[in-house]
Amino acid sequence: MSIELGHFALILAFALACVSTVVGYAFWRGAGRTTQFVQQAAVMQFLLIAAAFAALVYAFVTSDFSLKLAYDNSHSLQPLIYKITGVWGNHEGSVLLWILILVGFGAAVAMFGRNLPKELLTLVLATQSLLVAAFSGFALFTSNAFLRLDPPPMEGHDLNPILQDIGLAIHPPLLYTGYVGFSICFSFAIAALISGRIDAAWARWVRPWTLLSWCFLTLGIAMGSYWAYYELGWGGWWFWDPVENASFMPWLAGTALLHSALVMEKRNALKIWTIFLSIITFSLSLLGTFLVRSGVLTSVHTFASDPTRGMVILALLAAFIGGAFILFALRASSLRTGGLFAPISREGALILNNLFLATGLAAVLIGTLYPLLLDAIAGKTISVGAPFFNLTFGTLMAPLLVLIPFGPFLAWKRGDLVAVVQRLGGAVAVTLLVTLVVFILSGAQFSLAPLGLLLGFWVGFGAIAELVDRIKLGRIAPLESWNRLKGLPRTAFSTALAHFGMGFTVIGIVATSAWQGELITTMAPGQTAQLSGYSVVFNGTTDAGGPNYDAQRASFTITDPHGGVRQSAAERRTFTASRQQTTEADIQTYGLSQLYLQLGEAGDGNTSVVRLWYKPFVTMIWLGAVIMALGGFLSLSDRRLRVGAPKRKARQPMAEPAE
Amino acid sequence: MAMTRKQKRLGVIAGLGAVLALAVGLILFALRDQIVFFYSPSDVHAHQVAAGHPIRLGGLVKAGSWIKTGQNNSFTVTDGTAEISAHFNGILPDLFREGQGVVAEGAMAPDGSFVASNVLAKHDENYIPKEVVDELKKRGEWKPQQQAAGAM
Repeated sequence: MSIELGHFALILAFALACVSTVVGYAFWRGAGRTTQFVQQAAVMQFLLIAAAFAALVYAFVTSDFSLKLAYDNSHSLQPLIYKITGVWGNHEGSVLLWILILVGFGAAVAMFGRNLPKELLTLVLATQSLLVAAFSGFALFTSNAFLRLDPPPMEGHDLNPILQDIGLAIHPPLLYTGYVGFSICFSFAIAALISGRIDAAWARWVRPWTLLSWCFLTLGIAMGSYWAYYELGWGGWWFWDPVENASFMPWLAGTALLHSALVMEKRNALKIWTIFLSIITFSLSLLGTFLVRSGVLTSVHTFASDPTRGMVILALLAAFIGGAFILFALRASSLRTGGLFAPISREGALILNNLFLATGLAAVLIGTLYPLLLDAIAGKTISVGAPFFNLTFGTLMAPLLVLIPFGPFLAWKRGDLVAVVQRLGGAVAVTLLVTLVVFILSGAQFSLAPLGLLLGFWVGFGAIAELVDRIKLGRIAPLESWNRLKGLPRTAFSTALAHFGMGFTVIGIVATSAWQGELITTMAPGQTAQLSGYSVVFNGTTDAGGPNYDAQRASFTITDPHGGVRQSAAERRTFTASRQQTTEADIQTYGLSQLYLQLGEAGDGNTSVVRLWYKPFVTMIWLGAVIMALGGFLSLSDRRLRVGAPKRKARQPMAEPAE
Repeated sequence: MAMTRKQKRLGVIAGLGAVLALAVGLILFALRDQIVFFYSPSDVHAHQVAAGHPIRLGGLVKAGSWIKTGQNNSFTVTDGTAEISAHFNGILPDLFREGQGVVAEGAMAPDGSFVASNVLAKHDENYIPKEVVDELKKRGEWKPQQQAAGAM
């Protein structure tokens, strides 16, 4: 019964979104009651989709296998958490989660956007409704999650074992929140193009949404990378796989958008480019979510896909992306640009940032789509792998990393490069010194590693140098510096934090790639393996099990270079329902580094194949991403930029409900 | 040294152009030299793939061909017409089975066997790399039902 109610709620939301789109677009001019209607419709869509989603979750939790989706992706013995996450561990459910987040953002704009001009708000919500209508229609007609089975089976098929992990509870919701949040930027861009009104205030309204989405996308990608690292058991954290690229491209575009929106907000320049980026970013998000499902790409992340859906998805993508760009082509020339500036200025630095990010993005896009095109046109099958991306993307990002520390030091309109170089002198000295020390300690071998480290340290110390410079540390009394530090706006810290996180990640990437140790060996119980100063004793394997799987567990005793001893265990699991096997790697964290143990097949006698990796400073890769996201959240908490409070003077004197 | 506005603008455009040219050059160079072609065993024989050149080899793991000594695996990749024996030192993916599709990255050795540096793993037990499916379809060897039975 509740399943039919959920289905009905989805149909209602679809109908309401259609009405809201038509009404919004038809009567946006001089909107008064139209605005009220689309606002209420946005909240209503959220409640309806939430109800539909709750119906699915309920069916999964109660193991109601008359629901086909639950039968295919759940099992009564699964732990509760995997019953819930199983809802979106499949195509139909994940589409519904995507729509749920979409309507969530729509409702948030409707509720917090009361200070927006009515016409703009109406157009934004109409565009959101159009997206809801399109994708809930897609869910209803091609990917219905609410199909029933009659008679209901006694037991389900089990969730794909690789997905039975806490990662599934965290990664997709974070990633989708990031993807879908950019729909708000998209809708604002479309609204600006239709109404023809765009100014610095527009950028101020859009920025919090961009920032919020960017933070979630950063965390989502980092979480996905860590999940693949520990679950897939290949010891790698990034494979330049098409689906990873699909999530990385909106991140690159979103990062560029954050920076160009800054120029628009502060200097009323780069308007057309910012609008263009808003459209591109969400288009890439759509590509990221749905190209993966269309069956065009094959990758570790794709759900088994149905080719008939693929055409619908591609048609929807073409309609939204194509439509937006046609509108852009027709209307962009009517937008006036303003704000002149010299090439060497904060604006100039931000343009360079955008240039390198955009070309890097183009390289990733070409590398991802070229095999598809070549296959379609010439019938040749190729794979574009890590060597391509490392060469093109890596080379394009290196100058960007060199430039990052300069940006925040340059003044708006006209900067003085000589003065900036002088103020960065301290950071240059510290960077060179630290890199030299690491270079000598690591055996003074010439390779790309010291250069990469130089870049990482430069970005990291450059970010700190900006704060040091702003509080005049060492040039004035310490107490006064402290007072200056307390007086700095939060955005100053957030910029420094985000840039510092970038440097942190770069150092992690370089160190892991350069100094990782790897060993594959066959071990008998009692044997010892040596790797990068760690000695690992294999203690043999035992049988173990969990609620829905049997396992073979190998235990190890690890002695680290400082003499510390740890016990650890890696497993190979065989799932009862599907007979699938997974390997559970054992990962021991030592400071920022990790020792990674993977158990292979059993050999003759009591021997087992064991694979060991030593991953120096590998955790810095993900910690850096977390630091970047923290920087973003800190900026969001800044009063002047808070969602719904675009201008303090625009606030009503009367009390407003707490946000 | 005061520049006119026109000179400044030319300078900016030249700078942008230089970065774009760098990007285009890099991409073209990388597309020529850094991509890996996919071969079936028949293709390998037909094209005389040079030893040591990185390729992807795809096909089915021939039934009864998988021999394992410690971490050293050898198996035969077949597409129904031609066969190539492959060697892999390491841990095979969980879904590696005889009779199933496989894609291996590596290079041909001078003796005509294939040395894999990486064997690709996929999520789904019914998953067969698209390249392998296309190849098998082309040769009329594609039997989906056999595949499904093999996965049970």
